[in-house]
Amino acid sequence: MVYVTSQRKDIVRNEGFRTVIIMKIDFSGLESTAPLCGASSEMFDGFSTSPSFQIPDTTDFDDFQKEAIQMVKPAKGTTTLAFIFKEGVMVAADSRASMGGYISSQSVKKIIEINPYMLGTMAGGAADCQFWHRNLGIKCRLHELANKRRISVTGASKLLANILYSYRGMGLSVGTMIAGWDEKGPGLYYVDSEGGRLKGTKFSVGSGSPYAYGVLDSGYRYDMTIEEAAELARRSIYHATFRDGASGGVASGMLCFIMWDQPDGRSYLVMTLGNFTICTIQLNQPLSSRRCPKLEFLCYSI
Amino acid sequence: MARYDRAITVFSPDGHLFQVEYALEAVRKGNAAVGVRGTDTVVLGVEKKSTVKLQDSRSVRKIVNLDDHIALACAGLKADARVLINKARIECQSHRLTVEDPVTVEYITRYIAGLQQKYTQSGGVRPFGLSTLIVGFDPYTDVPSLYQTDPSGTFSAWKANATGRNSNSMREFLEKNYKETSGQETIKLAIRALLEVVESGGKNIEVAVMTKEHGLRQLDEAEIDAVVAEIEAEKAAAEAAKKAPARES
Repeated sequence: MVYVTSQRKDIVRNEGFRTVIIMKIDFSGLESTAPLCGASSEMFDGFSTSPSFQIPDTTDFDDFQKEAIQMVKPAKGTTTLAFIFKEGVMVAADSRASMGGYISSQSVKKIIEINPYMLGTMAGGAADCQFWHRNLGIKCRLHELANKRRISVTGASKLLANILYSYRGMGLSVGTMIAGWDEKGPGLYYVDSEGGRLKGTKFSVGSGSPYAYGVLDSGYRYDMTIEEAAELARRSIYHATFRDGASGGVASGMLCFIMWDQPDGRSYLVMTLGNFTICTIQLNQPLSSRRCPKLEFLCYSI
Repeated sequence: MARYDRAITVFSPDGHLFQVEYALEAVRKGNAAVGVRGTDTVVLGVEKKSTVKLQDSRSVRKIVNLDDHIALACAGLKADARVLINKARIECQSHRLTVEDPVTVEYITRYIAGLQQKYTQSGGVRPFGLSTLIVGFDPYTDVPSLYQTDPSGTFSAWKANATGRNSNSMREFLEKNYKETSGQETIKLAIRALLEVVESGGKNIEVAVMTKEHGLRQLDEAEIDAVVAEIEAEKAAAEAAKKAPARES
């Protein structure tokens, strides 16, 4: 007789002498289409159209889950930061990826473009961050098409936070900041895989964040120029990488920021080529809409 | 899947959905409703059938709000309306929760129209027997909107429209007399359209005005009577003016 210590009666089913654990995983975050048949979702409220699969046979599913979470927990080895100032929102990050003690890459792009007017930062599981940011990009685009106006930063961060909350406890590791522009001006939200979501003007996420906060907090003023803000962000990341082993020790990093209403009306996408070069590319069509400001991304490297 | 019987709404050989058309018939038998959009105001007016003596008329509200900035009036089966309105109200709050923004008029109209369409393409259900007039202001802009949905699930925006009983004559009147109005003028235009098909008097008309600052405001009988009196006076003056030159020549 196998004794199951789990208290979760809904996912445990006894089949004679063998106990099978079945659990429905919520895939609604991955779906973007309406329910399959018209009336069914209304007629039968408990009817779930999302796919599900059986999880491996273990004697203790709760322990199994705990192990999975512990495995990813220390992995938020990075330093990212973002803050709002007079000219817009500044986003900065290091570029080291570590797997335990092994540095797997020194040139990771940790600032992810969700869409032309919103950025997300990556901290925690790289795959989780990348996948869910791209998924968020899909949802934002669908919102735009359905409602004929861009989604607000508030809305986008809420969508992501709700998805992450539904996967709470299943081992996702995401500590991200959603920064962008909408009709209300610059917006900055911190969203994590525990399901938390905070609105703020200054955030730093990752194992190097205490060091970055120290420099950031002491040097921050709302009315900085772009150069001053870039310098402050650069310095914060540098000091964090100096002391934190899990953050990009080799001098390489990327800063991006978004600016409000460029007077010359041109839109740029900027990339780093190597450690110290900046490259500005003018886009063919302006990345603007009637209501949202024109954008400029500028990248520096540490 | 065998629990509900075969679909009620099926195509006819010549391409009609008869259940939907019958639903439109039900709408045509419902009470008259009119909506007029002004530059800073939107007005909804509904015909009130003669009040039954013992009924508490205040419990029968025909113009309802879906949120602080959106209101709805409908013509057709009132019981269906209740269900639809409840679902729409929940959707308004749900939208506020997920996107932290109030709904736009177009969004909630699309939602209601989507609901109405769903019930024309499912098994074992019949279409909703009502057409709605949805008015409101989009958040962050001062632009008023007026939309109409019908049992087939289509919707469109209007400057002024009418549904329900005698809607054709009301619409003709509006087409002839519509012009850009604001404030009190919009209210007058809406009431004038209603008076084409309804006996005059505040007892038979229910009017609600929506503005950006004050939200939805139901006009009480005295106010309606005052506007009606104004309209009658204007009509009498116009009649007199017509007769006077005729006599001179």
